[in-house]
Amino acid sequence: MKITLTLNGSKVTHDVEPRETLADFVRDRCGLTATHLGCEHGACGACTVVLDGEVTRACLMLAVMCDGRTVETLEGFRNHPAMEVIRKHFHECHGLQCGFCTPGMLLMARDILARKPGCDADTVRYELSGQICRCTGYSGIVKSIVSAGQELAGKAPAKA
Amino acid sequence: MKSAPFDYVRPESVAEASALLAQDGVTTAAIAGGQSLIPMLSLRAAQADLLVDVSRLDELKAVRETPQALHIGALTTHAAIEDGKIPDPFNGLMRRVASTISYRAVRNHGTIGGSVALADPAADWPGCLMALGATVHIAGPGGTRQQPVVDFVKGLYETTLASGEIVIGFDVPRPTSPLCWGFAKVVRKSGAFANSIAIVVAPGKGGPITAVLSAAGPRPIALANAARALGNGAMSDDTLRTAIAADLKADLPGADAYEQRLHTATVLRAAREMQATS
Repeated sequence: MKITLTLNGSKVTHDVEPRETLADFVRDRCGLTATHLGCEHGACGACTVVLDGEVTRACLMLAVMCDGRTVETLEGFRNHPAMEVIRKHFHECHGLQCGFCTPGMLLMARDILARKPGCDADTVRYELSGQICRCTGYSGIVKSIVSAGQELAGKAPAKA
Repeated sequence: MKSAPFDYVRPESVAEASALLAQDGVTTAAIAGGQSLIPMLSLRAAQADLLVDVSRLDELKAVRETPQALHIGALTTHAAIEDGKIPDPFNGLMRRVASTISYRAVRNHGTIGGSVALADPAADWPGCLMALGATVHIAGPGGTRQQPVVDFVKGLYETTLASGEIVIGFDVPRPTSPLCWGFAKVVRKSGAFANSIAIVVAPGKGGPITAVLSAAGPRPIALANAARALGNGAMSDDTLRTAIAADLKADLPGADAYEQRLHTATVLRAAREMQATS
């Protein structure tokens, strides 16, 4: 089936199989490999992308269902102001170890801080419960998101 | 974790979708948010020859208020309910329930209609809509019909939906006075499939109390003894525990000692929360 969608601001058209997930579409058809595939059944959050402005698991969405819609992968957030702040805090607070879960963590962090600006660590932990870090580096990740949230909300960043 | 091949079609109307779903000799499935169906296809726990995408049908998106009820379109997402994007005549109950379903990325796409039509025993909406006395609206090859959710959900992944039928939405009766409710859920981790879900509602002070337990048996269970005890003003843990034990004995005879403790705990927590707000 031929589909056309807006991917990171550009129109793309491809012929896809109906069973092809959005995750396979962005990685294999479009070469955008920031979207990682962990579990492929919605449990791990590594394949998180943004569909029509909403965080989405790319393994739980068929590419054909995205025909005519707008998709953003982590590559599309390179110059995004909030994402620059979030990236900086992931760097400073040791928010990644092996890096496999990081693309999903960054996109989810942006979504959490957009919906719940300046939220506390308990809220971040609840909201992050669908993102799995197999290195178990959660304390650094939570710290990164909380301190990025404070900077974005105009508060002084918390002491590490 | 890749699905077997299937065909895909996106009809423009409910009638067209219904005709596609009712085809003979083809295994069809309606897909809305796909947040349960896609992983089931990927794990090859479900198979289909043809997916009929109903996710862009406006008739399934309608949300309407009448003096008697709130109509919630089948395509309303858990996130829309969580965020209060539809009216909330239920004093926050549906918002609370929605906020505990799976994870935000899943709530952004998963729909209330899909949840009830799938009838997963661990789902939140079948039990919640039963407790609220909701009616499901269905369209099919033979026209439209309505049925109380309590009769619609028959068992494990089993409803009264016939070939070619589609859930259009739900009519949820408006409480006559502010709804008093309690909700308790036990999950191994936030967002995982539930092990026990209890909802207790009373439509205002002194109203008839309904208690529903989900994720315990193949379908949600209405707890008649617990509801009666609460209606009689039972306050002591012992009285309530005795009533819950009678319900579990009658409706969940296979429950082991752990399950009995677990379900008793969720029902007690929900009952206490309901009493605290009434």
